Formats: sequence, structure tokens, C-alpha cells
Amino acid sequence: MSTTIALAAAELGKRYKRGWALRGCGFELPAGRVAALVGPNGAGKSTLMALATGLLTPTTGTIRIFGDQPVRSGTHPKLGFLAQDKPLFRRFTVAETLHAGRALNPTWDQAYAERLIAEAGVPTQARINTLSGGQRTRVALAVALGRRPELLMLDEPLADLDPVARDEVMQTLMAEVAETGMTVLLSSHVLAELDGVCDHLLVLAGGGVRLSGDVDDLLAEHQLLIGPSEDSAGLFPTGSVVESRSTGRQATVLVRGAAPVDRPGWVAHEPTLEELVKAYLRSAGKAKAVAEAVSA
Amino acid sequence: MIEFRIDRRSGVATYLQLVQQTKQALRLGLLQPGDRLPTAKEVVAATAINPNTVLKAYRELEREGLVEPRPGLGTFVRRSLASAGTAEDSPLRGELDAWMSRAQTAGLDREDVEALFKAVLDTRYRLGTGDHTEG
Repeated sequence: MSTTIALAAAELGKRYKRGWALRGCGFELPAGRVAALVGPNGAGKSTLMALATGLLTPTTGTIRIFGDQPVRSGTHPKLGFLAQDKPLFRRFTVAETLHAGRALNPTWDQAYAERLIAEAGVPTQARINTLSGGQRTRVALAVALGRRPELLMLDEPLADLDPVARDEVMQTLMAEVAETGMTVLLSSHVLAELDGVCDHLLVLAGGGVRLSGDVDDLLAEHQLLIGPSEDSAGLFPTGSVVESRSTGRQATVLVRGAAPVDRPGWVAHEPTLEELVKAYLRSAGKAKAVAEAVSA
Repeated sequence: MIEFRIDRRSGVATYLQLVQQTKQALRLGLLQPGDRLPTAKEVVAATAINPNTVLKAYRELEREGLVEPRPGLGTFVRRSLASAGTAEDSPLRGELDAWMSRAQTAGLDREDVEALFKAVLDTRYRLGTGDHTEG
């Protein structure tokens, strides 16, 4: 069974006037996955999405959507995108918004978009600027899904939504994934809400890919080891330690791909998704701080 | 039909939670042979988890011979896990009930009982498997 790759980047870089936003990025996102794109502010998440839509052109390397390079003249027909600010014409009614969607998208499925609006319980004659944040997100999601995309990218879709609206948006999204089998790339700060949702992970920090792959595989490859500090130096093969922290007598070490540690006083756990991602983000942050200190 | 509850803070993989909850329902007789499990879409519309996770859980249950997919119809329960020992009127359950009543009389609160029960459980049964440690 050959795997279709929905989104792939190779040596992808983007330089703005102030410097590199992305540099040397490489990853593959297989079709049918629900992938989390995580990283601190300024990591390059939005830049990566803008490159995929064709709004930006890469400075170096390539990005491909189902094998094709994006063009500036319009988003790839298989790609749907929900931007962070959910751009909708605020004076339009919901019905007019769908009408615009139909006019702008050759692959538009009006019945499907209308069903999503009906399920969201949003009145079609309401103007966008009278809707709540949750309702606006549901409308923007219906517009993005109305194109019948095979790859849907969402930039921080849950930011500024209340907990009930968050649930509803994720439930709708996952139900559509179940029905259509589309690929999803979802960026978020809130790791806890991605646990159980995402089966693929892409961690960006400092403009580069720190970690990418199948969530279950990544969790199984890593061990979170807790043991006596005095023992920890030299215990793990160099290169396998992702992050090592010590609080007095106790050390907490995240290692990748190392053999099981069979030594008194040490306990191994499989990390949670949140522990794994945070360890990578912290170690990327430290590496950056060290590099800046050296160059200063 | 069974309704799943996902605990994101439990540290237990989501698909395993689905497997465990299904087995629990099979043990207690809440699910019986011939019953249909909710579709992936029904599960995710209620829980907002990844549909691939539901399919993974169902594949695991299928591998264990507990359920079978019928194309176009859904996933159905093949066999029950309810045993005479876990039924509501079983002698074992009666003894446990009597034991808990004694624990209550002795002044143990819920957490004490849980801790005690789990400590004995862990010494008798290996973690994660259904096997006895002895015999």
C-alpha cells in the first residue's frame, strides 16, 4: 500500500527583511492524518501555512500539496484554509457568505455548506458582525469545508472561543474527517486540547522542524526517566538525550530511541504528548539562548 | 448503545480507553452479542477525538474476537465478556458487597477502600493483563 503524501516540504525556507522565518524545513504529512502543528509564537507556523496556500513564495526549497507546488494565482483546489482571523465580510449575511463561496470556488458543494450551517444552528439571514465568536468560526469552517478540500489547514481555530464552542468546533471537524477521510493540519498553542485529536505531530521552533511523525510512534520511541541526579551524567548515550532537568536529588530525563534503563532507582514512563512537545520546545529555546549568548 | 467518555488527563491512550470501556460494558452486560457499536462519526461527534483512534480501538477489539465489522452496516458485538462471576446476583459480588459493608462499618472512607482494593488487586493480578500472578 503506497501512502499518498498530502503535504510535503523539502529544504523549505522563507526570509523576510528581518530575517529567516523558516529555514531548512523538511517533513511529510501522509493523507488521512489529523496533524498538530505546534510551536511558540514566531516559530513559523503561519508562514508555513501561507507558503502552502501560495500567498507567500518560498525563498528556498519547495512545499507540495498532493505533489503540486502552490501557485500565486489561487489556492490549490484540494486545499482548504481557515486563517486565524477567520476573514469573512462582516456586512454580509450568512447566506450571502455562502453565495460568495459558491462564486469563488469551482468545487463548491452548496448543499454540504448549508447542512453545516444548519447543524451549527446559525440563522442564514443573520449578518456576520452580529454573530458570536463560536458562530463565526462555524460559518468560516463551513466556507472552508464547502470547497470539499482533501487537505484542510486551520490556523489557531480554537483561539478566542469559549469551552463549549471549542468542543462544538472540534466535534464538527472530527465528524467531517470521519465522513470524508480528509487530511487536517491544525495549529494550536493549547496542547491539552490536541491530545486524542491528533495522530500526527509537527513541532516547529526557531524556524525549523524539531520533531515530526506519527504520534503513537513518537511516544513509543521516547522514555521519560526519573532517577537520582548524581547518577544521571553519562548514563544515557550521547545524542539520545532530548532534555535533562534536575531538581536537587532528582533528575528527569527525556531520551529518544535508547535501550530500557535497568538500574536501581530509575523509573521509566512513556511521556504524554504534552510532556514530549514541551521538552522539545524547551530544549529548542535553550539552544537558541545559548547560540545568542555565544554570538553576543 | 454505549457512550464513550474520554479522560484526556488519565495518561491512558485514547484508543485504549475506548477498548477498556467497551470491555467493561461487555462484562457488565450493557453490550450484548448482536449490538451495534457507535460509528466512528457518532463517537467523534460526541467526543471530538480523532476518528482514526476509534477505528484503531475497533480493530483491536476485532483482533481479540469481540466485535466484527459488517461492511456498510457497522461494527457489531460478537461475544460477551459477562461471566457468571461478574453478574449482579453472583456469590463473588455478594461477598465483595459484604466486605465493603464491613469496611464501611470499620470507618474506611471511599479513598481508603479504593487504595486497599487496588493494593490487593495489584498483588494478585499483573498490571495490564488479565492473568493471575500465581498458579
